[in-house]
Amino acid sequence: MANLTFQVDKCKGCGLCVEACPKGVLALATDKINKKGHHPVEAVKMEACIGCAFCATMCPDCIIKVER
Amino acid sequence: MSEKVLMKGNEAIAEAAIKAGCRHYFGYPITPQTEIAAYMAKRMPKIGGTFLQAESEIAAINMVYGVSAAGKRVMTSSSSPGISLKGEGISYMAGADLPALIVNVQRGGPGLGGIQPSQSDYFQATKGGAHGDFHMIVLAPASVQEMAELTVKGFELADKYRVTSMILADGTMGQMMEPVSLDFELAEEVEKPWAVTGTKMGRKHNIVNSLFLKPDQLEKTNIERFERYEIIKQNEVRYEEYLMEDAEICIAAFGIAARVARNAIDEARKQGIKVGLIRPITLWPFPEKAFADASNKVKQIISVELSMGQMIEDIRLSVNGKVPVTLCNRTGGMIPSPEQVLKAIINANEGGNE
Amino acid sequence: MVVFDKPKALADVQMHYCPGCTHGIVHRLVAEVIDELGIEGKTIGIAPVGCSVMAYDYFNCDMVEAAHGRAPAVATGVKRANPENIVFTYQGDGDLASIGMAETVHSAARNENITIIFINNAIYGMTGGQMAPTSLPGQITQTSPYGRNVNECGFPIKVCEMLSQLDGPEYLERVAVNNVKNVKNAKKAIKKAFQNQVDKKGFSLVEVVSSCPTNWGLTPSNALKWVEEKMIPYYPLGVYKDRSSK
Repeated sequence: MANLTFQVDKCKGCGLCVEACPKGVLALATDKINKKGHHPVEAVKMEACIGCAFCATMCPDCIIKVER
Repeated sequence: MSEKVLMKGNEAIAEAAIKAGCRHYFGYPITPQTEIAAYMAKRMPKIGGTFLQAESEIAAINMVYGVSAAGKRVMTSSSSPGISLKGEGISYMAGADLPALIVNVQRGGPGLGGIQPSQSDYFQATKGGAHGDFHMIVLAPASVQEMAELTVKGFELADKYRVTSMILADGTMGQMMEPVSLDFELAEEVEKPWAVTGTKMGRKHNIVNSLFLKPDQLEKTNIERFERYEIIKQNEVRYEEYLMEDAEICIAAFGIAARVARNAIDEARKQGIKVGLIRPITLWPFPEKAFADASNKVKQIISVELSMGQMIEDIRLSVNGKVPVTLCNRTGGMIPSPEQVLKAIINANEGGNE
Repeated sequence: MVVFDKPKALADVQMHYCPGCTHGIVHRLVAEVIDELGIEGKTIGIAPVGCSVMAYDYFNCDMVEAAHGRAPAVATGVKRANPENIVFTYQGDGDLASIGMAETVHSAARNENITIIFINNAIYGMTGGQMAPTSLPGQITQTSPYGRNVNECGFPIKVCEMLSQLDGPEYLERVAVNNVKNVKNAKKAIKKAFQNQVDKKGFSLVEVVSSCPTNWGLTPSNALKWVEEKMIPYYPLGVYKDRSSK
């Protein structure tokens, strides 16, 4: 069982993590905006997460913590 | 009395710097100051120091910036065109409040100019010398002994006030040989808690920086720096007076020009003319009060310079129109002769003020 | 078990970079390496002029901000002052390969024992997207609006290839950060470049082929595709010099 924690307000909504995820776990929350005015990333299919940390590897803002 | 050795001015600067604890020298060859680099190249490896011939003046001053940021005493030397190249680094060092010693053994300009002695970098040295609001402490030696003493003083003042000090010499002073004592009393070195030496995981990181994107912050740092300059102006003005007690005519001259002027003054005195000398040793801060006081008792001030007349502007500001200030000069690498200065004195004595 | 978290050497602040800018990835890799080598307390970073000018706020080690292009000279001074410190510069293509070319070449020729992280994104980002010394032939920028014409503007400078001709440098490698595999390789290279300095081996430079979505006019994702399709073919990845491997 993997776990992802996001520093939501630091997310700039670039989507590189979404693209990097091999399991389609992540998506940009088009119905939300964070403090900086971006659509932040969120986990939409958490049960599929394998904790590979590809998302965090590609995140330029270092907002993702991955636990497994 | 300590033992004296015969040395060239340039070598005296180099050895005095080593005595002052400087172990890092960076430079780029240019006439007429190359003896400093050559001396350092010989001495530094033997005392565990660094001599590095940089790829350019620009690189050299930025290496100085790095050593200074790391908290060590450091110097560079050059001559006029090379100092222009160092301007960028000098401004950055001012912006980051970094101490260092910079030696300018001046030659004639502008442009590539010539290689003979000059004082035509006075404006550049005393008015900042590059972009932005700042000053350097500018020291003008008039003997080989002073080349050495002011080098030590330059390091001490730079560290004390976190500014760069400049030795503003000229080709004559650099090449001149005189007996010199290198027995200095050194001030205690100041702590540099701001230096980048590694946090050792025991403190917040230090940042050496001259970037302040918020204008109110940049304004604040500039105002604080100028408050420090005010303290320097109060405490560090240096000048020498010669036969000024009864003088009716005042010669103003620094460096080699002051030596020429003294000869002319001695000759004029023999002819019964009451003339004296004020020799600024710090060109910044300028001895404004000495000239203001002199303007109360002399009828004319003659500025003797190896330029088209640069220090004369500071003298005029100091006396504020009270007495005429005239120029006796040569430029382009030429030196005024004692006869030329004597003629100017006689002319002033007879009431001429052109 | 935590398998990924922010490295300690990276400051816990929001970086000013544009969304999808890979500066953030490279900053993180440098910080991870500093953590893994346990050198934060003795590391001094030199920030450039360009987009990463404010890198001094992003690393927890001591930092110096250098004039444009002069970081290798400043690093030389810092390293010569305290040789036990680990000194790295972080520079962009305009800083390192244009205005600072002399400082780059000569610090390499001296085999100065420093580490250089060189971000090649083929553009001047901070000033709004002008042609860089590494802009590709035909690349449209603010100052090459009809595409970089090599007859007028010359050809891009391949820094690793050029420096590899010198006897001085210890280690030169070009990496990219356009996908997970390349990011992992980039980290290995950066780690080696720091380890070389710890081992007193000398000048180590890692060129990181990076993206600039904003000034390239592409989405972050398409910018990484552009790195793959345009940049890497012109700037082949790999080790250009590694003296200790011989």
